[in-house]
Amino acid sequence: MDGRLEGRGNRMVDRRRILQGVGSAIALGASGVLARAAGAAEKVPLVSGLPAGVYDTATLEALPGKKPLIKLSYRPPNYETPASYFAAPITPNEAFFVRYHLADIPEAIDVDAWTLRVGGDGATGALEFGMRDLQSGFEPVEIAAVCLCSGNRRGLSEPHVPGVQWGVGAMGNAVWKGVRLKDVLAKAGLRKEAVEIVLDGADGPVLDKTPDFVKSIPLWKALDDNTLIAFAMNGQPLPHFNGFPARLIVPGWTATYWMKHLTSIMVATRPFDGFWVKSAYRIPTGRFPVVQHFQTQVTDANEPITEIVVNSLIAAPAEGHRLRAGQAVEVQGVAWDGGYGIRRVEVSSDGGETWRAARLGKDYGRFAFRPWSFRFAPAKPGRYMILAKASNAIGQTQAETLIFNPAGYHNNLMRPLTVTVA
Amino acid sequence: MLRNLMIAASVACAAAAQTAAHGEEPAVPLKDAPGHELVEGNCAACHSLDYIRTNSPFMTAKMWEAEVTKMIATFGAPIDPPDAKTIIDYLARNYGSP
Repeated sequence: MDGRLEGRGNRMVDRRRILQGVGSAIALGASGVLARAAGAAEKVPLVSGLPAGVYDTATLEALPGKKPLIKLSYRPPNYETPASYFAAPITPNEAFFVRYHLADIPEAIDVDAWTLRVGGDGATGALEFGMRDLQSGFEPVEIAAVCLCSGNRRGLSEPHVPGVQWGVGAMGNAVWKGVRLKDVLAKAGLRKEAVEIVLDGADGPVLDKTPDFVKSIPLWKALDDNTLIAFAMNGQPLPHFNGFPARLIVPGWTATYWMKHLTSIMVATRPFDGFWVKSAYRIPTGRFPVVQHFQTQVTDANEPITEIVVNSLIAAPAEGHRLRAGQAVEVQGVAWDGGYGIRRVEVSSDGGETWRAARLGKDYGRFAFRPWSFRFAPAKPGRYMILAKASNAIGQTQAETLIFNPAGYHNNLMRPLTVTVA
Repeated sequence: MLRNLMIAASVACAAAAQTAAHGEEPAVPLKDAPGHELVEGNCAACHSLDYIRTNSPFMTAKMWEAEVTKMIATFGAPIDPPDAKTIIDYLARNYGSP
């Protein structure tokens, strides 16, 4: 995979050091790619509860091909989707969040030169696929699914924990089109000793000693009908920063497994022992209400994060919304879970004293955002605390108290929205 | 400055470090205090410095020490122990909590 940024020389390093040395805080602007959105005046739509440093650092900026998103880090790029986008059940490609672990990300990928290698000691053969082989050689499949960063809402952990300080927007829902991973694996042939599938993408570390971002999934999850190698998103090729030209889709599981810029799929006969599975993306064993576990990677202390927990978000109106007594406002949002399906969303307008059922919108499938809405028409002036609570088809609901964990995963507490009625 | 240039030059693929998603990134200024240059010279080789600012001020000295140790031991950052100490002290004093 060429197109990496190495070899551009240290010239830029030097120039940049010098600029930093004189305390310059201006955009360099040489390539003009990073456009600051409407200057400093534009308010960054951050939720409350984040570390103080986020409020004086995050900016609203557009990556190439993207709309202005909440920039948490430039390099590697970590940009989250403003919450207002979740008033719609499908997240636009240009507004879809961007998350990378390591800074050597491919600059541009020539899809005609792209190849996907499939093999490993648990496969009977080794194959290489081009994009055309993939698109013409297998049955196409479409599925709507939530792509949710494991660390979504990390910034809201109490106490705060280190990491990218995500608010509520490290997630999105798209209609993905691709081919089943199991069909591709069948072509390579599986040996009966196979236990895990190891995935690598074109992004990599800056330093040789930094562990490359490589992940594995259990064989049974790889063989799930819903696990896809996707090459399209909402009817378009994947945006570059969402994994062009192909990424893995593991509906129901957090996005750490949804390998972007996919280049290699290896069938392994032993549990993968790379850093990003063995040490990172882990939760305390048995603490969370999840059904599916990554059995070959569980220890007494911790286990890999797997399923997305049931959750919801109020996307509209915005925090601090004001209206007059007798007026109505449509409270809208989305609910989602790990693929059991949202059964019910309840809304409270009195801080949780009483609850009423929200109206559920179109069902895009059990892995997708389920839109919901609730007409709030207060008769009396005052400040109202609005809450939304989702439940799924297996009786799970949002947690009452935070299940603290060192990486700040699985935060599905309700988030109050205050509306002032005059 | 010379020291920073040397550190940068010693980092094999530092070119990638200086570009943000295909462009040159705006500078993320850090507080000017002892250790500032070492932090910029080392940390910015692999990531932009907004990581430091957004992870503040809740990190205690112990948490910053754990973070810097992880960068060296797990991620392979080539930082000598005396420099690591200066970096930890800088982060704890300027971007930490008691």
